[in-house]
This record gives sequence, C-alpha cells and structure tokens, in this order.
Amino acid sequence: MKFRAEKRIDAPVWMNVVVTLLFVSFAFVAGGLFLYTQGVPPLSAYWIILRSSFGSGYDLSETVVKALPLAMVSIAVMLCYTMLIWNIGAEGQALLGALAAAAVVRYFPAESRVAMLSLMAVAAAVAGGVWAGIAGFLRVKWNVNEIITTLMLNYIAIRLLEFFIYGPWRDPSSLGFPMTKPFIDSARLPTLWGTRVHMGLFALLVLAVVMEVIMRKTRWGYEIRVMGDNSRAASYAGMNYFRGVVGVMFLSGAIAGFTGMCEVAGLQGRIQAGFSAQYGYTAIIVAWLSHLSPALSLFVAFLMSSLLVGGAALQIEMGLPLASAAIFQGLILFFVLGGEFFLNYSVRLDLGPAKGPDAHEKYAGGGG
Amino acid sequence: MKKFVMLSLACCFCTMAGAVFAAPVPVEEINPGYMYLGPVGDGGWTYSQEIGRLAVDAAFPALKSAIVESVPEGPESVPIMERLIRQNKSKLIFACSFGYMDFVQDVAKKYPDTTFMHVSGYKRADNVGTLFGRMYEPRYLSGLVAGNASKSGNIGYVAAHPIPEVIRMINAFALGVRKVNPNATVKVIWLFSWFDPGKEKEAAKALIDAGCDVIAMHADTGAVAQACEEAKTYVIGYNNDMTKYAPTMQLTAPIWNWEKLFAPVVQQVADGTWKSEAIWLGMNSGAVDLAPFGPGVPEDVRKLVDDEKADIISGKQKVFAGPIKDQSGKVIVKDGEAMSDDDIWSMGWFVEGIVGDIPK
Repeated sequence: MKFRAEKRIDAPVWMNVVVTLLFVSFAFVAGGLFLYTQGVPPLSAYWIILRSSFGSGYDLSETVVKALPLAMVSIAVMLCYTMLIWNIGAEGQALLGALAAAAVVRYFPAESRVAMLSLMAVAAAVAGGVWAGIAGFLRVKWNVNEIITTLMLNYIAIRLLEFFIYGPWRDPSSLGFPMTKPFIDSARLPTLWGTRVHMGLFALLVLAVVMEVIMRKTRWGYEIRVMGDNSRAASYAGMNYFRGVVGVMFLSGAIAGFTGMCEVAGLQGRIQAGFSAQYGYTAIIVAWLSHLSPALSLFVAFLMSSLLVGGAALQIEMGLPLASAAIFQGLILFFVLGGEFFLNYSVRLDLGPAKGPDAHEKYAGGGG
Repeated sequence: MKKFVMLSLACCFCTMAGAVFAAPVPVEEINPGYMYLGPVGDGGWTYSQEIGRLAVDAAFPALKSAIVESVPEGPESVPIMERLIRQNKSKLIFACSFGYMDFVQDVAKKYPDTTFMHVSGYKRADNVGTLFGRMYEPRYLSGLVAGNASKSGNIGYVAAHPIPEVIRMINAFALGVRKVNPNATVKVIWLFSWFDPGKEKEAAKALIDAGCDVIAMHADTGAVAQACEEAKTYVIGYNNDMTKYAPTMQLTAPIWNWEKLFAPVVQQVADGTWKSEAIWLGMNSGAVDLAPFGPGVPEDVRKLVDDEKADIISGKQKVFAGPIKDQSGKVIVKDGEAMSDDDIWSMGWFVEGIVGDIPK
C-alpha cells in the first residue's frame, strides 16, 4: 500500500479556489502555532502584519515600494520559465542594469530628465539583456546548463559592481568609502504623492499589461509556450529554438536590468556597497506563485511584500528575533507552495498494483 | 501621563523660544530603536552592540527599546528606521553600521523630532550625531602582543572593507607590531564584506597557509578565531572577547563596550542636553578596551602592554605619533608630530610594513 499522485488534467475553477484557500488557512494556522511557541500571541501578530502593510497611506506606500521590484523581476523570469529555461540570475542582471545606468549618468550627463532617464533605461536594459543573453547563447550553442551560468554570472556582476564603486567610480568626497557620486537631479526617477513610490510603478503596470498580451495573444508568445512544452516539436513546426532562447533570455535580462535602474534611480540615487536587496531571488518564488502570469504577479508580489514587511514589524513590535520571523515567513510559503502541488496533482491511496490506461501518468510515489 | 504631556508641551514652548538643546524626553518615552547590520548571534560586532543595549536597558529600567537585525546597508534601511519611529515610537535611533549614512540623513529630515546616532559615520545634521570609539588605541596594543608572539615575522590580517575605519586599524596594529618586532610584516586580505563567516574562515586559512603565525581580524563574526583554533595558530580577536571561539589560541582582542557609548546618549536625550556632535571615545572612557590576555602571552609582554595602555589612557602617548612612514618608505608624519583627528579619521594609505594594496 502506498500513496500515488496523479496529475490533474483539468481541475474545475471552484477546486482551485477551495484548495488555495484551504492551504492558505493551513499556512496561517501553522504560522500561528509557531508564533505561539515563541510566546507571541498569533492573532495580534497577524493584526500587526496587516496594520503595518496596509494600515495607513505610509504603510501601503512602503509595501508598494518593496513589491515593485519583486513584481518586475518576477515578470522577467517567468518569461524564461514559460519555455522551461531556468534563469535564476535576475539578481546579477539587475545589478548590471544599475551599473549601466550609473555609467550613463557618469559619462553622458544630460540636463533634460526625459533624455537622461531614457538613456539610462536603454543602457540598463541592454546591459541586463546581454548579461542574460550570454547564458542563453551558451545554453543553445553548447548546451551549457543555464542554471549554473546564470547563477555564476550573479557573482561576477557583484564583483564587477564592487570593482567600480571601490575603484574608478568612487566618490572622491566620500573620504574613501565605497560609493558612487550622487546622481544629478535629472537622473532621479520622480517619486509620487510624497512617498518613496517612484515612477517605476507606471512602468510596471504598462509592462504587466504588455507582457500579458505578448504571452497570451501574440504569435511569439505562442511559440514560447510551444517551445516550453516540447522544443523538438517546435523545431519540426519550423520555430527557431536558438533565436527563441536567446531572445527570451535577452528580454528577461533587459527587464531585470531595467528594474535595477529603477531601484537605483528611484530609491537611492547612487550605488554603494551592499546595494542589492536580493529581490532577484525572492522574485523567483513570486513568479511561480503567480502561475507565470504577469498580471497575477502584481497581486502576489504585493502579498509577498506584506509578508516581508510583516517580518520587520514583528521584530519591532513583538521583539521576535529575525531568525524566528524568517521561520514564520518560510512556514507560510511552505504551505502555500504545498497547496500548489495539490492543485496540480490528486493524491490517491494505492491499494493494489497500478492498472488501467492512466498508469503511465504516475508521478513519483511516496506521498506528498 | 498627563504630567508628561504638560511637560512636553512646556518644553515645546522652550524650543520655540530658541533654546539650543532639544526638549528633555521622559525616559519611558525615548523607546530607543537599534538598527543592526548582522544577527545578534554573530558573535562579534552586532553581538557586542546587543550586549551594550541590554546593559543600557538594565541601567534605565523604564526604557522600552526595540531592535531590527540584519538590515542591509541600502534603501531597505529607510522603512526600518521609519517603522521604529512610527511603531515603536522611538525618539532615539541608533543606526549601527557605516552604510546607513545617507539613509539616516534622509529619514532624519523627515522626522526632525527624533534624535539619530549614526555609528562610525561622518555626516551630521541638527538631529543627527555620530558615534564611534577610538578602536585604533587597543588595536595598537594588540599589535604589540602579536609582534611579540610571532616567530616568523609574518602576521596576517583578515580585513572587511578597504575604507578608512578598517585601514586606520590595520595601520595602528602594524605600528604596534613593528615597535616590538621591527622586521615583521602584516599581510592583508580583503573580504569586501562585514559579515560573511565562510569567507572570513577561508581568508584566515589562506593566510595560515601562506606562513603567517599570528592572525588578526576585522570582520563581524568569530569565524577567523575558530579557524585559528583549529589550525593552532595565534589569533587576535575583535569586537568582543573571542575566547569561546579560540580558548587556547586567542592572545587578546580589541573590544567594544557599547553601553559606554549608548548610555550617555540616552541620558542626554532624557536630560534635553543632547546636541549634534561627533562622539569619538578613546580607551580613557572604557568604550574600547583590550580583552584579558590568553594563555599564550608571557608576563613581560603583559607588563609592556599594561604600561603602554596606561600611557594612552593618560594621554602621554599617541598612537599616530611620528615618525611614521608609508609603504614606499616616505615619511608622512615627522618625528615629534602627531596626526590630527581629521587625518586619522580619513586615513587612506598603509604604513610601512604592511603587505597588500588598498584598492584604488
């Protein structure tokens, strides 16, 4: 006797909703139990998380600030994941984008904000795109595993950034501390409503709509999906897998690079050591939780951001140590991702030898 | 409660009337917020600050302090400070790492009624002061110990970021080493990170493999001390007494007593006497000190170090007093002169006897 998991072919919508809600509530129960063991009353903790993410205009704005790069980078990577190309180097591509933007500000400063920001955006997108494109090219040319190359390129990007901020681009008035000069005013993304939310928000909304349309409605989007489902069949159908992979990687890296530029021009106005906030990795989870849908990722990134914000709030108001806050966040994500499994697979108790035409569909046994 | 409201109202009027100092804040309303670079369990930098915070809390039982650990030195730090102010009602923020500098300035502009103390920075404002210890003094003393302990004359130094704070301490250490061991050299490896236990350990091993028989370090954790204990190589700890990581091999360690830095600020805010200034406390304040000697330090060295320590505390001796040469042998500080605080603060060159480059 053992458990077996079968892939669901078409689950009805109500089932999606029920299973998702069920597992989200499991998540909160498990998270609550954990908080309880840490001496934190769970209900007040959840109230604090809600209040600190949505409680006031300020809280809402800060949740958006955190959600913005998460959503943007998740849109970047989900493009690759749709065709089963594993770009986990968005972190490095975003850093390269920020670096390229800083280079443009340094060497081609312009008075006009429109000219300056457009130039920075193009430079950032090209830099991020080329960085990812390298991994895409290696993948299709010599079948080099892109998981490894994109990851390794992250480290190179970090070192490259350090080289410039410790070396040639170091602000001479910083007394030797590693940071670039502050950007000129025309190179700063304007912020909105007196908060830290910057114009990148509009770019994100446009991007989400455009990418949703590209993925669902255009021929290229269709090709990407087909190549993801079956690259050989796609080749037989006359689709160019080589161009497809390199193109998708380039676009993915370009969006990530653009995100890096938005972050540096919107929030900081200079690059300094420790600039990155690891959005490139968290966004991968966002991409999967939003079922590779750009529109949905806006929503998921927002929820993820409130979970991250909640971690800090729990430290401040409840005196919860960082590690416990991280365990709590991990528990919530674990259950939500677990729910994804049950959405895609139905688990049956297997009493006898497998039989019938669906036997070949068996997923690895042993239970979920 | 009502009394305090009246009191603070009265104080508001005082401020309006042009008083120089901020209004006194009742101790139970200061709610100091500490923003830390690492986790409190890092066994070094953040750990010693947390010990300091707990000591301050014990000294002022009415204080309700809050902490946030592992806050990156980037735009991420802004909402953390704002949340401490909004949610913990902090009237005093300790931003405990260098990289928070610009963000402290931004937040301070938005919250003029909150007092900010930025650890190790140099930018101040009406409500921003800076706070640091003259760690180069115990560093120099630890150099005397290391110079005496080294047989080969090769001493290693695991260093975080090539910034003045770290360079200053390497220089002070090397001056101590070469005072007792004139031909010894100090070999530097940069980590480009404050907190990276894996890299810290690797760097220590690399230096030991390169023939160094004493290792000093400037990083946030106890990883270097652990590596040295495993390799049975003498080590000079940092931040706090690292005996528990290197029970037999730690010679000594330049250490922080953060409560000596934090507590006076809390008192000033409570009294309404706080003003924006650069606080830079030396060994005479007890804010920086030397950990107890380990078993590997002989009696005559202990005596020598204690004597020099007394001279530093009394002000008779200055660490950066001439003659001091740079790596190329050029005299930078002439005999009979001493470096100014500004020059010490912004040091960007190595003294003679150091092997390694400062990335340009």
